[in-house]
Amino acid sequence: MNPPLENGEGVREVSFAEAIREAMDIAMSEDERVLLIGEDIGVYGGAFQVTGDLVHKHGADRVVDAPISELGSAGVAVGAALTGLRPVLEFQFSDFAALAMEQIVNQAAKIRYMLGGAASVPVVMRLPTGSGTGAAAQHSQSLEAWLGHVPGLKVVQPSTPADAKGLMLAALDDPDPVMIFEHKLLYKMKGCVAPGRYVTPIGKAAVRREGRDLTIVASAIMVHKAMEAADALAESGADIEVIDLRTIRPIDSETVFKSVRKTSRLICVYEGVKTLGIGAEISAMVAESDVFDYLDAPIIRLGGAECPIPYSPALERAAVPQVDDIVDAAKGLLNGAA
Amino acid sequence: MADPSTRNVPFALRKYSAEQLREALRKMLLIRKFEERAEDSYMRGLTHGTMHLSIGQEASAVGACMPLGDEDKITSTHRGHGHCIAKGADVARMFAEFFGKETGYCRGRGGSMHIADVSKGNLGANGIVGGGIPIAVGAALSAKRLGTGTVAVSFFGDGANNEGAFHESLNIAAVWRLPVVFFCENNQYGMSTSMARSTAVKSVAARAPGYAMPGTAVDGNDFSAVAEAMERAVGRARRGDGPSLVEAMTYRFRGHSRSDRNLYRTKQEIKQWTERDPISGMAEMLESHGVIGRREFDLISAAADQEIDAAVEFANASASPKPSEVACNVYAADPA
Repeated sequence: MNPPLENGEGVREVSFAEAIREAMDIAMSEDERVLLIGEDIGVYGGAFQVTGDLVHKHGADRVVDAPISELGSAGVAVGAALTGLRPVLEFQFSDFAALAMEQIVNQAAKIRYMLGGAASVPVVMRLPTGSGTGAAAQHSQSLEAWLGHVPGLKVVQPSTPADAKGLMLAALDDPDPVMIFEHKLLYKMKGCVAPGRYVTPIGKAAVRREGRDLTIVASAIMVHKAMEAADALAESGADIEVIDLRTIRPIDSETVFKSVRKTSRLICVYEGVKTLGIGAEISAMVAESDVFDYLDAPIIRLGGAECPIPYSPALERAAVPQVDDIVDAAKGLLNGAA
Repeated sequence: MADPSTRNVPFALRKYSAEQLREALRKMLLIRKFEERAEDSYMRGLTHGTMHLSIGQEASAVGACMPLGDEDKITSTHRGHGHCIAKGADVARMFAEFFGKETGYCRGRGGSMHIADVSKGNLGANGIVGGGIPIAVGAALSAKRLGTGTVAVSFFGDGANNEGAFHESLNIAAVWRLPVVFFCENNQYGMSTSMARSTAVKSVAARAPGYAMPGTAVDGNDFSAVAEAMERAVGRARRGDGPSLVEAMTYRFRGHSRSDRNLYRTKQEIKQWTERDPISGMAEMLESHGVIGRREFDLISAAADQEIDAAVEFANASASPKPSEVACNVYAADPA
């Protein structure tokens, strides 16, 4: 099914967190095999109130409060997925997935391949991620590129409530392990969401704004910063195209290539640490392809600073790309290449 | 009440039919012969990579699987050939996997450390110490949620008892009262490091009270003792009474892997254990109670030899995977 039109029938304004909850609710109502596992996701409603009141509707046997045992819970989710359930595991913060990396990387990602295709691990893992909450270095990282490096995993990063719902439902339909990175600053953001079931396809980027002069490839919260920057740049006459990657494994290279062939200029914006990050991959994909010949200027990567996320608000802002950084980079690129 | 006349009869002889006991003996012999041939194949350069032999631990593998049907799940370890055969695997497809062939259980993608036989409930060996333990708990969660009435058994070694995954898994299984049995094959060493040097308690079973579950240590070279402990633990799980921990005290006659020079074990210690060979013990038990005669043992053994010969022949004759298919089966949508 195609993503809904924003003015379609029954479309309402709901928050990003509510959209994810709605997707899980739909899946749980349709399919007895779906269950949620996570720390404080029951009556507490989840650290970010994503599961909310689902425990009252579906019961504590299906909205399962887990002990603080990330590795054990991840393994349980993998084993349950391997044997007929469709578990959704919530990490309280994506940083805590570091405790469970063994099960994610060595087991979930590899079981299908290691077993020659004889088994599937249809597990969904939700990872609240990113900086901006003043929670400092161990609760603010953007680790999506880590998991994006692992064949066997699919990694998605919705930026809108509509996609948060559609990608969750797509993940629950998917026969492979899907990691959903949910930026914490987006949870309260509202947007138009269609009722009922629909899926946002995994592996497909979205062009959020069309333009001729420069392409910005962004993901998650950086899409919104890129849109804001594009508005500001429009005032000085620059026509910016913004691509929302939505999925970082597998990356939709075609949508990026098509855009850069048109604009001839590329900026990659992502919150994860710049070095060896998503932007490095996008840049390399472009450099290795025929699209390289279309470039009129060097590619620019705007990524997270080469340091842990700091506590002080002044420093925290400085650690990840901001709208002004995108505007400055775009101006430099447009002027330099003119 | 037990009949007084059967008081000194081992559990296995009271519990199982002669046919079941002969089958158990056959599997123990098949494991031994599989591994001896695997070792021989390695020496002759027919396989690459390493392997971890469980020679000496056959009673624990076969005894532990006695209460299990095909629908019951197991997770296994890097030393998993025995578990795989005990759960009903075909040695021809195991050898084919060992030789990296397309006809192997994993189509040559997994090798010795990842052999699985999902159709028989074997969710796979595992290259990560403790990796399979929470996965078995997840299989038990499925059984409980889906109401299948099945159980899961997690095989692991003494080395795994100091992994976080072990402790987290036991706690979760107990809190959620899941139908899982944690079956430790304590062969005394995690690679070269002994229990005494690695583990603060004397036995792995002693961990059980910390997770509010029964823990039992048994002679892992005694088929009957292992089967008895596992019948009790699996029965408890199947009734919905929750998890148990069973520890089989055993010994691997060979080193940890092919690189092992046995510098950490004394010749005397190895001799003490090899004198308690679990297959000899099983044969003596069956012969002394008239279940089989020497001639029948020889017939079973010869049939196992033939099965291994045919398996190796099948594996040798099978094709290797095509290099062009190296990245197939990473995802479900890939070409098979």
